[in-house]
Amino acid sequence: MSAPALEVRGLEYTYPDGTQVLRGTDFHIHPGERVALLGPNGAGKTTLVLHLNGILTPDAGDVTVAGLAVQPRTVKEIRRRVGIVFQDPDDQLFMTTVRQDVAFGPANYGVTGEELDRRVLDALTDVGMAGVVDRPPHHLSLGERRRVAVATVLAMNPEILVLDEPSSNMDPASRRELADVLTGLEITLLMITHDLPYALELCPRAMIMNHGRIVADGPTAALLGNRELMSANRLELPLGFDPSLARPERLPAPRGRPFSSK
Amino acid sequence: MSAGHTHALYVHGDSRLHALPAHVKLVALLIVIVAVVATPRERVGVFAAHAAVIIVAAAGAHLSPRFIGGRLLIGAPFLAFAFLLPFVGGGDRVVVGALSLSVGGLWGAWSVLVKGTLALAASVVVTATTPVPALLAGLGRLRVPVVITEIAGFMVRYLEVIAGEMHRAKVAMAARGYQPRWAWQGTALATSAGALFIRSHERGERVYDAMLSRGYQGRLPQPDATAATPADWVRALALPLCAAAAAALAVIR
Amino acid sequence: MHIPDGFINLATSAGAGVTAAGGLGAVLHRVRTTLSERQIPLAGLAAAFIFVVQMLNFPVAAGTSGHLLGGALVAILLGPWVGAIVISVVLLLQALLFADGGVSALGLNVVNMALIGVFVAWLVFRLLTALLPKTGAALVGAAAVASWVSVVAASGGFVLEYAWGGTGNAAVSTVFAAMVGVHALIGIGEGLITASVLTAVLAVRPDLVYGARLLGVRRAVVVRADRRATATFVLAGIAAALLLVVVVAPHASSSPDGLERVASDHGFVGTGQTSAAAGSPLAHYSVGGVPDAGVGTILAGAIGLVLTFAVGALVLHISARRGASRSTDDAVRR
Repeated sequence: MSAPALEVRGLEYTYPDGTQVLRGTDFHIHPGERVALLGPNGAGKTTLVLHLNGILTPDAGDVTVAGLAVQPRTVKEIRRRVGIVFQDPDDQLFMTTVRQDVAFGPANYGVTGEELDRRVLDALTDVGMAGVVDRPPHHLSLGERRRVAVATVLAMNPEILVLDEPSSNMDPASRRELADVLTGLEITLLMITHDLPYALELCPRAMIMNHGRIVADGPTAALLGNRELMSANRLELPLGFDPSLARPERLPAPRGRPFSSK
Repeated sequence: MSAGHTHALYVHGDSRLHALPAHVKLVALLIVIVAVVATPRERVGVFAAHAAVIIVAAAGAHLSPRFIGGRLLIGAPFLAFAFLLPFVGGGDRVVVGALSLSVGGLWGAWSVLVKGTLALAASVVVTATTPVPALLAGLGRLRVPVVITEIAGFMVRYLEVIAGEMHRAKVAMAARGYQPRWAWQGTALATSAGALFIRSHERGERVYDAMLSRGYQGRLPQPDATAATPADWVRALALPLCAAAAAALAVIR
Repeated sequence: MHIPDGFINLATSAGAGVTAAGGLGAVLHRVRTTLSERQIPLAGLAAAFIFVVQMLNFPVAAGTSGHLLGGALVAILLGPWVGAIVISVVLLLQALLFADGGVSALGLNVVNMALIGVFVAWLVFRLLTALLPKTGAALVGAAAVASWVSVVAASGGFVLEYAWGGTGNAAVSTVFAAMVGVHALIGIGEGLITASVLTAVLAVRPDLVYGARLLGVRRAVVVRADRRATATFVLAGIAAALLLVVVVAPHASSSPDGLERVASDHGFVGTGQTSAAAGSPLAHYSVGGVPDAGVGTILAGAIGLVLTFAVGALVLHISARRGASRSTDDAVRR
């Protein structure tokens, strides 16, 4: 059994205004796994993500990425290994052209010149956006910006890709394009989402987070099929959607713990 | 004027002006504007020479007169106050129709209109052939402090985003019957501006987090401002220096 | 208040450019150690915010509207140092990209709006808050007065620049009465708008307001609009405007005359050259200076002239911005 790509132990965090958001979050993800993180608004999912690359420091507990503990002195390397794609692409595309945005990450790690150009174009090609390399980000549609945001992170050759609500507000075609991009990548994936069909399609394993803790962890189809579990965590399947009809052969075998609830 | 125009300012092309490095064009622009402003207002012929220089440059950049004219029209309202000068100027007066106008004021109005328009036309030629990121890099090469160009870069990037948020807020208010006509009805607008500040600030914090997440450690990678060859300088400065010479002669004589 | 190219002569513009560069250099040096890397994107967002808010049409009366300059607002929200930098960046991009303010006049505009406007606002704000109790209402009231003074001071800078190198042969006293007088009225709007915007921010995130942090105001403050204070503010502003126009303006020609005289004595103003600066204040030295004979007639004439200029200037100030903001809406809607 290989070392986990991501290991989170006993994470606790309280905001400055006194709200405790994380109350002992525990989980681990193995290399190559694709995991969805589900849960109601306010469960602490985005806060959790900000701990994964050291933007927030926990009050208790720790985070380890591919064997490297997240600490002030390791934070720079951690940020290369954990590629976070935030919810609002406008927050993530802050330079004046796409090329500059995608180059920003690798440039901070000393990549220059032709190697840098190559990384930029490779990353954009991976997401199907090589044609917009010299355009300003606000000339792109939301779906295109989402994909470019993924490229900005891919250009750093991360080990794990973390996506926060990647499909929200996207039209069906853009959603499909992004799904194709994500299935095409050979990478460890953690995806926060409310889009349950998307989670089922892209992630064989899912975790449910509520009240600052992981309350369920197992094969996505099994979690989504458990009606009591779903409603206990303010989750609901879209009308007419039957998870048991989703075809499993498209997905790699799940490697999480067998279905359990805490 | 809005950010929607920021990128409408740049016109794609492959003219020789497009190829010149930004800082060279900025220096050329400065020389032309200084020449125009230095020219005494009465020397109409010299202004015609300046106009010729700008027209030649515009032609070299493959910019149509209609394009330039359109840009000039947009800048026109900011020059409108020039029309007040003939009415309030002192000194000799001349009677035009039913109005008594100050001669000095008329010359002053002419000065603002001709110099303002020529300077704007020259700026348009530069901004139409230089994308904004290159423009900012060019400024950096001309020793404008990095803090200024970095802040300017973020401003340009987020102008449309912030303008869009304000626009949506105004639409939402109008959709609930808000039509302020008097000062005391304007509180809601001011309050929404305050909310916009808070949202802009919070976005700024999220942008910073995103920068940190990609390894930012205090210095934005400087976009490579292309170096200029002596040929570039000659090509860019030939006409502006003619304009400067004409202006100098006009001043001395 | 953005000065276009061709209105102020090159010498004055260049001098202002040097002053602006020096002033900004000093500001940048001052913040070098305190400006954390975090504040660069925040300042950029603030600059975008100021630009957008300057385009808003705030109602004045019967459907006419006015605009916010924002010098005092940035000073109080971000502090005077970052505020001056933010306004300067806005002015730079307005001149280069939006044809608002001449490129040769950038130094003049930076001096007036980024340096004078911001720092005068800050000084007045600090002075008043030092004297008043540390309440939200005092903060907002101080902000209103600081905004008014800042706008008037900035217009004073404009008049000084005109006296030195303006074109158009308008008497300096006329320009003073019109610019400073009109801006004493515009300052009322600026004060009210700044107060409202500040109130909104204090109610939710007082920690974002530099001026509030400095005073130790930490928790959200709800400031109720005080009718009487507002009315007093408006009336005081109108009274100040009248005072400036009727009493101060006629005397405004004295010192700039002195500067003009010195300039021509020392050959800065070329002989035989109809420069923009020659002629006007000197030609009208007598108009401003007559103290007694026919004061009533003179005042009447002056007021009539000034009112014409003032109304015209107000109309143009309003319409120029309205034209600009209409295109903002159109462009954003695209």
